[in-house]
Amino acid sequence: MPTNLQAAETDSVGLKDWVWKAAAAPGLVWLVLLFVVPFYAILAIAMGRLHPVQLRPVPEWNPLQWDLGPFGEVWSGLFGGQLGVIAIRTLLYVLAACALSVLIGYPVAYFVARKAGKRKGLFLLLILAPFWINYLMRMLAWVNLLHNDGFVNTAITAVGLAPQDWLGGRPSTVILGLVYGYIPFFILPLYAALDRIDGQVLEAARDLGASTRAAFFRVTLPLSKQGILAGLVIIMLPMFGDYYTPNLLSGSPRTQMIGNQIDQYVNQTTSQGRHGAALTLILMMAVALLMLYYLFNIARVTEEARE
Amino acid sequence: MSLRSAATNPWGSPRLLRLVTIAYVVWSIVPVLVAIQFSFNAGRSRTVWQGFSLRWYLTDAGSVARDESLRLALFQSVRLAFLTMLVATPLGVALALGLARWRGRGARAAGFLMLVPLITPEIVMGVALFMVFANLYDFVPFGTWAQFLGHVTFSISFVVIIVRGRLFAIGRDYEEAAMDLGASPAQAVRRVLLPLLAPAIFASLAIVFAISIDDFVISQFLVAGADTVTIPVRLYSGARLAPRPSLNALATLMLVITMAAITVAGLVMRRYNRREGAGGESAVRALTRLDF
Repeated sequence: MPTNLQAAETDSVGLKDWVWKAAAAPGLVWLVLLFVVPFYAILAIAMGRLHPVQLRPVPEWNPLQWDLGPFGEVWSGLFGGQLGVIAIRTLLYVLAACALSVLIGYPVAYFVARKAGKRKGLFLLLILAPFWINYLMRMLAWVNLLHNDGFVNTAITAVGLAPQDWLGGRPSTVILGLVYGYIPFFILPLYAALDRIDGQVLEAARDLGASTRAAFFRVTLPLSKQGILAGLVIIMLPMFGDYYTPNLLSGSPRTQMIGNQIDQYVNQTTSQGRHGAALTLILMMAVALLMLYYLFNIARVTEEARE
Repeated sequence: MSLRSAATNPWGSPRLLRLVTIAYVVWSIVPVLVAIQFSFNAGRSRTVWQGFSLRWYLTDAGSVARDESLRLALFQSVRLAFLTMLVATPLGVALALGLARWRGRGARAAGFLMLVPLITPEIVMGVALFMVFANLYDFVPFGTWAQFLGHVTFSISFVVIIVRGRLFAIGRDYEEAAMDLGASPAQAVRRVLLPLLAPAIFASLAIVFAISIDDFVISQFLVAGADTVTIPVRLYSGARLAPRPSLNALATLMLVITMAAITVAGLVMRRYNRREGAGGESAVRALTRLDF
């Protein structure tokens, strides 16, 4: 007969708790060594020193010895310097891309979730397809269409308009590129939210005298608010760190985003590594709220699934 | 439906909504189809169709088969995806089992730690791994090794999410029944639970393969020289500087490989779901859930 103590150590299936801990251990150790420690390395580099001869960043692992110099330089660059211009541009591009994503994505998600009827499966497959087409391939496809002798210029010269240098540093090209790249990730959670709405709720609204329009604005829209929010968070996080979209679709300093600056600091100039690390930290702080929202959302969904 | 009601009430008019949706689908997919079409162009142009040919895949000096940089990129992507799949899947399955069954104070914190890589912007993870391999783990060379470690790191959480969904769906009844019938706890896990998890494990293998092939940022931050360039990194460097139809051919091959992996995952899940009847969720649903 097991004592109470033994019963507490043993879960209902009969395997001891330590067995499950041991199963989780390799994955957790991996995440600590290759996710938590690397994250600390960003801090150690940002607050570290510059090697006097080799001009490369040297990490400072001890927080008591941290040098706030480069962090301060990046910070003041953000408020009044060139970095500030880039940060504001990034914010504007992301907001514009988000607004367009909602305008295009909502009707699409709404149609597929609620009005597609027999074709729902087909439409769902079509809006899912871009998920499994590589982002860089999708950008390459647009570079093909938009380059100087591409289809777009051929088409507009055919109707008598002047050809344009689409890839020569236009903010509009970059913003549309961001929308094109990320909108599938906005549509999907919104689709899921709209799909969950019980049709009977809408029928009840109509029975109680609401017009279709009122039913939409007072029932469907409020019920899909969570989906819009989740979709926006999902696309904003990668957009704020994007550097490849502006590089591929413009390449001009006039359309540089924060991600481009980090890429340049870290990948292209060794001596600026500390500034790259500091800017990465600031980017993290800027999107921390979005990350937390997303994190608690996943945790909540998981808890619900568990019960 | 009258024009007036369509104008005042856009949500009541499926015709207008259908038009918007079809326009969106065309806009989102046709550019890619055009890119695929021109990978088969007999000429050098990516705009003027000059007849069908496999020249950019096989025979031209700049084709995928004969241009070393393209061939290496294909090889590197497949090799990385394969290695990542083999390591991330068992780690993730074990982690999912551990997190689902172990009920301590640590379990909650561990569950959060597992989720953080999913929501971290890739550029942050790229910078972090770059910094740590350059300064602390300097015994790990940049290139394949660093890329492999990075890919496994972002893949583990995906496996946990997929497997955990299945674990919750199965519940504990089968294991408990096995033990009531005399199986030891270890036997119950090995002979009852793991077979029940098989579809989720297969799906994880395929999805890890696909997301590893798909990755650009981590691969680029950890690249070392031409022989560790992956397909997306090669597309990035070539798209503006040296665009040729062979680049489209390389992208098309990547698409085919990814689609094959996803199809396998979908078919495996569908087969198991059919066998289990209405209780199972559709493959599409399971895949879409990944983003939550």
